[in-house]
Amino acid sequence: MTRIPLRPLARILDARRRGQNPDAIERENRRLRHEHLRDQQRRVAESRLVVLSLLFVAGFLTIGARMAVLASTEPSEPASVAASASIAAQRADILDRKGRILATNLATNALYAQPPIMVDPDGAARALARIFPDLDAQTLAKRFKSGRKFIWIRKKLSPEQQQAVHDIGEPGLLFAPREMRLYPNGRLAAHVLGGTGFGREGVHAAELVGRAGVEKAFDGFLRDPANGGRPLQLSIDLSIQSTVRRVLDGGMRLLNARGAAAVVMDARTGEIVALASLPDFDPNDRPAPPTGGDPADSPLFNRAVQGVYELGSTFKTFTIAQALELGLVTPATEIDTKGPLRWGRFRIRDFHDLGPKLSVTDVLVKSSNIGTARIAQLIGAERQKSFLRQLGLLDPAPVELAEAPSAHPLYPSNWSEISTMTISYGHGLSTSPLHLAAAYATIVNGGHKVRPTLVLGGGRRDGERLISAETSRQLRKMLAEVVTRGTATFAQVPGYPIGGKTGTADKPNPKGGYYKDKVIATFAGAFPASDPKYVVVVTLDEPVETSGPKPRRTAGWTAVPVAAEIVRRIAPLLGVRPVIEQGGAPALTLTGN
Amino acid sequence: MTEMVYGTHPVQAGEPVLPKWWRTVDRWTLTSVLLLMGVGLILGLAASPPLAERNGFEPFHYVKRQFAFTLISAVAMVGLSMTSPTTVRRLGVLGFLATFLALVLLPVFGTDFGKGAVRWYSLGFGSVQPSEFLKPCYIVATAWLMAAATEIGGPPGRLYSVIVTAVVAGFLVIQPDFGQATLLIFVWSAMYFAGGAPILVILSVVVALAGGGMLAYNTSEHFARRIDGFLSPEVDPTTQIGYATNAIREGGFFGVGVGEGSVKWSLPDAHTDFIIAVAAEEYGLVAVGLVIFLFLVLVTRSLARLMRERDPFVRLAGTGIACLVGMQAIINMGVAVRLLPAKGMTLPFVSNGGSSVVAMGIAVGMLLALTRTRPQGDIADALFQRRATHD
Repeated sequence: MTRIPLRPLARILDARRRGQNPDAIERENRRLRHEHLRDQQRRVAESRLVVLSLLFVAGFLTIGARMAVLASTEPSEPASVAASASIAAQRADILDRKGRILATNLATNALYAQPPIMVDPDGAARALARIFPDLDAQTLAKRFKSGRKFIWIRKKLSPEQQQAVHDIGEPGLLFAPREMRLYPNGRLAAHVLGGTGFGREGVHAAELVGRAGVEKAFDGFLRDPANGGRPLQLSIDLSIQSTVRRVLDGGMRLLNARGAAAVVMDARTGEIVALASLPDFDPNDRPAPPTGGDPADSPLFNRAVQGVYELGSTFKTFTIAQALELGLVTPATEIDTKGPLRWGRFRIRDFHDLGPKLSVTDVLVKSSNIGTARIAQLIGAERQKSFLRQLGLLDPAPVELAEAPSAHPLYPSNWSEISTMTISYGHGLSTSPLHLAAAYATIVNGGHKVRPTLVLGGGRRDGERLISAETSRQLRKMLAEVVTRGTATFAQVPGYPIGGKTGTADKPNPKGGYYKDKVIATFAGAFPASDPKYVVVVTLDEPVETSGPKPRRTAGWTAVPVAAEIVRRIAPLLGVRPVIEQGGAPALTLTGN
Repeated sequence: MTEMVYGTHPVQAGEPVLPKWWRTVDRWTLTSVLLLMGVGLILGLAASPPLAERNGFEPFHYVKRQFAFTLISAVAMVGLSMTSPTTVRRLGVLGFLATFLALVLLPVFGTDFGKGAVRWYSLGFGSVQPSEFLKPCYIVATAWLMAAATEIGGPPGRLYSVIVTAVVAGFLVIQPDFGQATLLIFVWSAMYFAGGAPILVILSVVVALAGGGMLAYNTSEHFARRIDGFLSPEVDPTTQIGYATNAIREGGFFGVGVGEGSVKWSLPDAHTDFIIAVAAEEYGLVAVGLVIFLFLVLVTRSLARLMRERDPFVRLAGTGIACLVGMQAIINMGVAVRLLPAKGMTLPFVSNGGSSVVAMGIAVGMLLALTRTRPQGDIADALFQRRATHD
């Protein structure tokens, strides 16, 4: 290709000679070159655009092929991939130790309204008020017309209510599927189960979240879809729980107590068979937490676990067990019990004068504060503190309840000698009844440490040995004597010998000092006395027995009869073999034929 | 009086506007786009009620909105397709200045709607994503610069276009919106390629792109997470991609049936970024094939018509817009089938969303205006060539 100059000299000169404008020649040449350039570029672009088109064809075909490959393979997961499925994942059931249901789920519906698509808001409000008497038609109609687009009306509906709402025929009233937690046994084991509430809420599902008790402590387990709905089996026995609650309730009413708590525990494994706290509540309709007053007065308060009390003379068992274990005394060692015992400005006295000297056995049987304090002096503060810590009495109980970790036992920060002496008979150290049950189980089961648990199979036999089998045997004998000839004679149950210890502690006055006429009465016992299978702890708050001329408040008159009645009823249920008394008239006479 | 009528033009000089438009417009592309809009509305019927329910609107709230936006989009498209390339150029350059200003001001006045990227202006009745409108205008402006460079004694337009692209992509990265930035660079490359780029330059651009990607991977966590998710061999079924893949598998060849799909309930972006998964699940491979075919028609028809175009601006702008639509479609569907790493990219005309649909209507309106058949001086060409050989 020849390149034409923009101003070819020959043509310019020629044009000048003719008197024409030579710029026209340049313009013409410029135009021609422009045209030429454009054609050149178009030839280049043509091939480039063909390449681009082919690239696009290849790209779209690749995607189409990939789609075809995907469409012809099987889906890796079934259709339940909807996001709502993860929320609706069923909360696992809770069973008792025999497989009876303590908590399960029920399908129900929540009711909501979408006012923008409502046909007749006023009519709907009136109809709803007829179905739910607690709703007010006018307020409801006002809410429907307030311009809001979404209104929750009820969280749970019964099937009858749902049908009634359905029959209104209002398209703006809609149902949201819900799962509801149901506790078919009502108040039984309410404090153990705790309760649930709705967590994250969507239109299609709502999370059930544990609010207290086992439901909260095992929230993760119960909600974990990986468990495949495997139920949680507790060590609670529904029939024992029912009996304990009924007897405790009767005792509480009879003795005008403010509250009561009872624990029945397997002495070897620490599995809690029954745990009751009164007053209680219905977990199906969990009351709101109290906003004022003492939280301990709320029915939600678990006295057996959350309540820490000075449990009085029941602690003498631990002092004597440690002294025996250390070889400081034998059951027959005589202890000086001349009172009152003065220590600085403190005076320790017994309930009534018990004479100048008592054997160690009688110190426990007759419950001598002075004698126990003298034994504690032999032990010393350091050893006492470490033994009580080993028994688990100085740390929150490691039981699987949401409330347990916050229930710290109370004890003096400065463990002085006078503290040693008072703590030896159960004053100055506050623990929960559950702590006491676990410690008693350790003492009577042969000396193996027991860790309280609510899960079936969660307890361990033959834990760490804290006292020798011999010491444990001696303590069992002493505790049995407390019942046969000591402060707990009301605990004699025909056929089921019990060993145990009473404890009556004056209640501390929040204003300082102690009340004179308000006590915490406790009985901690084990049965059968010779080889205990179960430990029972009964605690009554401010009981008073008024059948005599003077009101009686000691545990021997209050907690002990209640505990005895509990044992009398539950021992056969637990399969404990009764001791047949020898020499009685035989009920059945075998004859020769 | 004589001079007043003598030599004047009649009122209608040539043929009437509408018949001329109908004769010259690319009817294949026009039909494809209208069909795609229809597909988008039908899929919106399935995909957006769950969203409306989540946001507390009546079920067809978004369907109605989308219908309105599609109507606006179609009107804008037809209107723009009637204009001349000069008008397109002027509108495009002015629009570019306006949308670029909007993009620059995003960090000040924009909102992120809790999605981790400031991409939207929140107006009272809805939101506007300026980067959607920026794209076609950017292409027109860049094509203008590039075309100017081809003129004799023209400005260094290619260099200018590189600077403009870098600045715009930089502002997109700030949002951050790596998807749109990548798309713009791709489109610029396509235009540069069609404009006759030397092979050496093309290769160096590819290398620079790879280097930039590596840099972004190492410096931006947002970007790195997406790439990692793409490279991991196992699809986590609870991720968006996992749901989308499963939905396509569920659908098979003919789909699970209208309204029977489940992916729309679980994917938050089912109505936009993953609309093709909804289509695949409910209508099967058949529907996906139709969508792909329509896009393919749009792109190849436009490019084929542009091959005959002699005007460099028209050719470059048309190529850019056709590539924009095609690439966006490929990226969107490529993400859903896990050929490409996840990016927030809408499927043109099909994805629901006002900004996207209207901006795409404007883009294709411009494309149609550019691809209309007009005299290319073919006879003059022939004469010129004959003279050149005779010289």
